[in-house]
Amino acid sequence: MSGASVSVAMTTFRRGRLRELALAGVLVIAVATVPLFVRDAYSMNVLILTLLYAALSQSWNILGGYCGQISLGHALYFGLGAYTTSLLYVHFGVLPWIGLAAGGALAALVALALGAMCFRLAGHYFTIATIVIAEIGLTLIHNWDYAGAAMGIQWPFGPDSWATLQFARDKTPYFHFVLGLFAVTWLVTWLIEESRWGYWWRAVKDNAEAAESLGVTIFSSKMMAAAISAFFTAAGGGFYAAFLSYIDPESVMSFRLSLLMALPAVIGGIGTLWGPVIGAVVLIPMTEVTRSYIGGSGAGTDLIVYGGLIMVIALARPEGLLSLLPRMSAEKTP
Amino acid sequence: MTLQTIFQVMASGLLMGLIYALVAVGLSLIFGLMDVVNFAHGEFLMVAMYAMFGLVLLTGLDPILLTPLVAAGMFVFGAFAYLGVVRFAMRARSNKGMVQIFATFGLAVLLQGLAQTLFSPDFRNLPAAWLTGKTLNLGGVFLPWPQLYGCAVSLLAFVGLWLLMTRTDLGKALEATREDRGAVALVGIDANKVFMLGWGLGAALTGLAGAALSAFYYIHPQVGASFALIAYVTVALGGFGSVFGSLAAGIIVGLVEAATTLILPPSLKSIGIYALYLAVVLVRPSGLFGKA
Repeated sequence: MSGASVSVAMTTFRRGRLRELALAGVLVIAVATVPLFVRDAYSMNVLILTLLYAALSQSWNILGGYCGQISLGHALYFGLGAYTTSLLYVHFGVLPWIGLAAGGALAALVALALGAMCFRLAGHYFTIATIVIAEIGLTLIHNWDYAGAAMGIQWPFGPDSWATLQFARDKTPYFHFVLGLFAVTWLVTWLIEESRWGYWWRAVKDNAEAAESLGVTIFSSKMMAAAISAFFTAAGGGFYAAFLSYIDPESVMSFRLSLLMALPAVIGGIGTLWGPVIGAVVLIPMTEVTRSYIGGSGAGTDLIVYGGLIMVIALARPEGLLSLLPRMSAEKTP
Repeated sequence: MTLQTIFQVMASGLLMGLIYALVAVGLSLIFGLMDVVNFAHGEFLMVAMYAMFGLVLLTGLDPILLTPLVAAGMFVFGAFAYLGVVRFAMRARSNKGMVQIFATFGLAVLLQGLAQTLFSPDFRNLPAAWLTGKTLNLGGVFLPWPQLYGCAVSLLAFVGLWLLMTRTDLGKALEATREDRGAVALVGIDANKVFMLGWGLGAALTGLAGAALSAFYYIHPQVGASFALIAYVTVALGGFGSVFGSLAAGIIVGLVEAATTLILPPSLKSIGIYALYLAVVLVRPSGLFGKA
């Protein structure tokens, strides 16, 4: 390929990247107006959860998708964020905004410490180690009286305020907050995708040995991905605590949560910019609707439908739903 | 704490450890055969326990007599799980690992839903049978007979599995397919059929564990989750794919769990196992008996 054609290819590629950024901007603005049309509390709740899982799965995707380190223990970071935010607010009156950042920072530090231990493990051994470590966290929280042990933490009732992130009546502010969180995680992923780290991560994922021989430092690449991924997962956890005003160990640190964070990325398209969003948009409303319309009696029908659909999508579309859209997936391989 | 208490607790730990080993070996067998981690493993156990529950209610026979029937039923169930789900997950050309995880996770959720629909989310126990409530007094150490029965089932299953792996054509085919699935095709072994039999065998072993467990443990749609995690830890501790490793690791896990309850409150009993597991894999990433 001549120099000229390479530069043409690069220009087309840049234009494609900018188009994705513009598309995301337009989408975020469009979605921000949704509360003008949707007023009922149930739908608002589903929308907030959808955006939350899109943000969480985008964060998971940074480590799991781009860097190829399949963690099924991200509930640990989510729980750390939820508990840090709640404890700081309830015991010390620290505003949740600061709590969110503190929880994120703590989770990033924990991710670095755990990464230093576990990144030597390969494949299933790594995945199982992440499950076990999250389970240790869950067991410890269960037995930590200061954090409410099994009873959890109830946030005090207060007036609606952006400072304390408490909105008792109208949930619209939560919608905009979590939309903002999602937009930030998307933007960070977008920025990283074409950075040195982004290339290194994909190199580590595709062939760690070859990457190392080309001078990619595998270990620090994984550490960086783990820290960023954990930070945003914890921020999501902090938001969730403020949103529900009540947390307990099972609701913020159980294994199920780790799976639910990974699932949208897998269903939508793992290691892609849009996969987690598409996965969350399909999966979360489906989960909520099956639960509330056919699961009410506790008969288990909702689980049958939900489990069956996950199975079918995973088997029928291994590359994720994103691969159904030819334009976007074509752009990923310039 | 008297010496008596320590003996008592460790004996219970040993009995539970043999059950853990039996729960884990099916998972390990399937993994060793084809590199697939079954995320519905806990639900296989749950299905076996409900199968026993249903059969006891239906026939009124003693669980001991029904154990082989449950194992046979689970063999068929495992073979169908392979044919209906896993076979397709193996065909994925991209994200193989994730597809297997989430296809089997979907199956797990589906099975939980089915159990809830058929049996309601209530906690169940088997009606009292021949061994229920009987204990063996071994010099002041009391061992419940249902647990001893489970221990016997586990040991027999391991002996049977060892004979099967070393003395039969199926065992040889399993071993050969695990070594090199491409090469076995050249000598006329259908890898697909071996995989199906492997899943059947793995599920049948899990069926034996479920049958033994249901004699002294509650039955619930979500009962599998806690056992599944212990099974993953046991398999990783022993080394993925190592049958003997599962047996040794299961016993170690049972003993460590029991020892933990001697020094920590019961709600922290799993911490000892998890800490041991982490310590072992961090020093020896492939587990105690796994091939490096």
